[in-house]
Amino acid sequence: MASEGDRRAGLEVDEPRRSRILGALGSGVEGRRGVAIALLSTVVFLVVVGVAITHSPGWHEIRRTFFDWSEFKSSFPEIARAFLLNCKIFSISECFILAFALLLAVLRSLPGPVFFPLRALAVVYADFFRGVPTILVIALLGFGAPALQVSGVPTSTTFWGIVSLVLVYSAYVSEVYRAGIDSVHPSQEAAARSLGLTRGQTLRKVILPQAVRRVIPPLLNDFIGLQKDTALVGTLGAIEAFQQASIDSAATFHYTPYLAAAVLFVAITIPLARFTDWLIARDRRRRQAQGMHA
Amino acid sequence: MSSTAALEIEGLRKSFGKNLVLDGIDLSVGEHEVTCLIGASGSGKSTLLRCVNLLEPVDAGRIVVAGEEITRRGVDVNRVRRRIGIVFQAFNLFPHMSVLENVTLAPRLALRKGRGETEEQARALLGRFGLSDKVEAYPDHLSGGQQQRVAIVRALAMQPRLMLLDEVTSALDPELVAEVLDVIGELAAGGMTMVIATHEMGFARDIATRVCFLDDGVILEQGSPEQMFGSPREPRTQQFLQRIVSAHRL
Repeated sequence: MASEGDRRAGLEVDEPRRSRILGALGSGVEGRRGVAIALLSTVVFLVVVGVAITHSPGWHEIRRTFFDWSEFKSSFPEIARAFLLNCKIFSISECFILAFALLLAVLRSLPGPVFFPLRALAVVYADFFRGVPTILVIALLGFGAPALQVSGVPTSTTFWGIVSLVLVYSAYVSEVYRAGIDSVHPSQEAAARSLGLTRGQTLRKVILPQAVRRVIPPLLNDFIGLQKDTALVGTLGAIEAFQQASIDSAATFHYTPYLAAAVLFVAITIPLARFTDWLIARDRRRRQAQGMHA
Repeated sequence: MSSTAALEIEGLRKSFGKNLVLDGIDLSVGEHEVTCLIGASGSGKSTLLRCVNLLEPVDAGRIVVAGEEITRRGVDVNRVRRRIGIVFQAFNLFPHMSVLENVTLAPRLALRKGRGETEEQARALLGRFGLSDKVEAYPDHLSGGQQQRVAIVRALAMQPRLMLLDEVTSALDPELVAEVLDVIGELAAGGMTMVIATHEMGFARDIATRVCFLDDGVILEQGSPEQMFGSPREPRTQQFLQRIVSAHRL
């Protein structure tokens, strides 16, 4: 029952698979040999790449401008403070995206000819905002909306940056939700409606809880992208990590501040990525356990 | 027939695209009757049951449940469905809910009953059908037979006047069929009005007050189980039952 739905969403993985990174590393003697080979090939790879870079003609200059430890130390605290703005933009956008995208997905799944305009609207929305580069939406809204000088319209660049990210990412996330809704087998709806539940109750209590659970990993994936794209708000002049790094860099002719900003982003996105992978793996294990039971 | 019939179907037609599935069904089911629908796969048994539950809109004809025409325009489908329980071949339990939540969901939402009342009722029903120790379990951790019994209890929790059972044992391993049929037998003994689509001919012979043979979207022949299984009139009925017998299913 569930597996039929999963297959339609393309979410199911049939055969048991080990982590892709660890590849064929098994256990026992074979496994230890595998680990040794993996370790050796990694070391060789790093040494080769390292030697190639450090022996390149421009290396000396690169090391001076990108990898200056004292510059890193002096610029880091301010960039870290600016990075808090990235986190703020991320968190606020996230909440609105989750809600708005769900609304879009639900609109798009409404049945019957009466709801055609709403469905069409949701489709056009998703097409449009997935088609326009995020940086363009940010520039158009961030520079355009405050310039209207309508009283009551906020002029904060951060505000319009958040609005832009919400508009763009909701288009993507609504598609993720929709895949989840489509993956719930129609028999679930039939069962709920046959008990006398209304369409709304069926959606709320039966369809969406199953749909959302299935799409948590792809949702997190989009959030990783969002966290990175908060840097785009800096193009409006908001002093977030990237903008702060640019300022520092312009003042000292050093690129090391960019490296500091990159470290901060990576410190957030990598754990998020590993967490997503862990969730996906756990999900797969659970589904396999269920499959064996049925 | 009389106006007190639990279910009255007149001239029911239904097609999916160009595929005519029900071609004029007339059927009357009295209170406390158990009507078994038999016939080959694709003869329209499931579609007929889904039409009675309004899961499929009908193309033509009337369905009257306890004196009320449910196929008329503007009927409140949710209200109609609350009085008609249906159990599906594939159980269709809600996998994200425990057994107790599965059973209490509809009474709480559709009948607006309190949690305490519905849970008490659900526990009593589950206990009656030997599922007391599965109250907190999730569907994935139940056998097919247990799942189907929960699905029956879920439908019963709405206190329906009419139960529709759509090949409820067809997806079960053979050794799990009996426990589900026992439950249905108990319901019949309790006077529940039921319409049952089934391939279990032995069961139909034991439990039915009437047997209808569906063939190509019409009820070709109907009668008492003795008559239908003992001396069917229509050649097609004879042929169908002959095949069942030679497959050792009767």
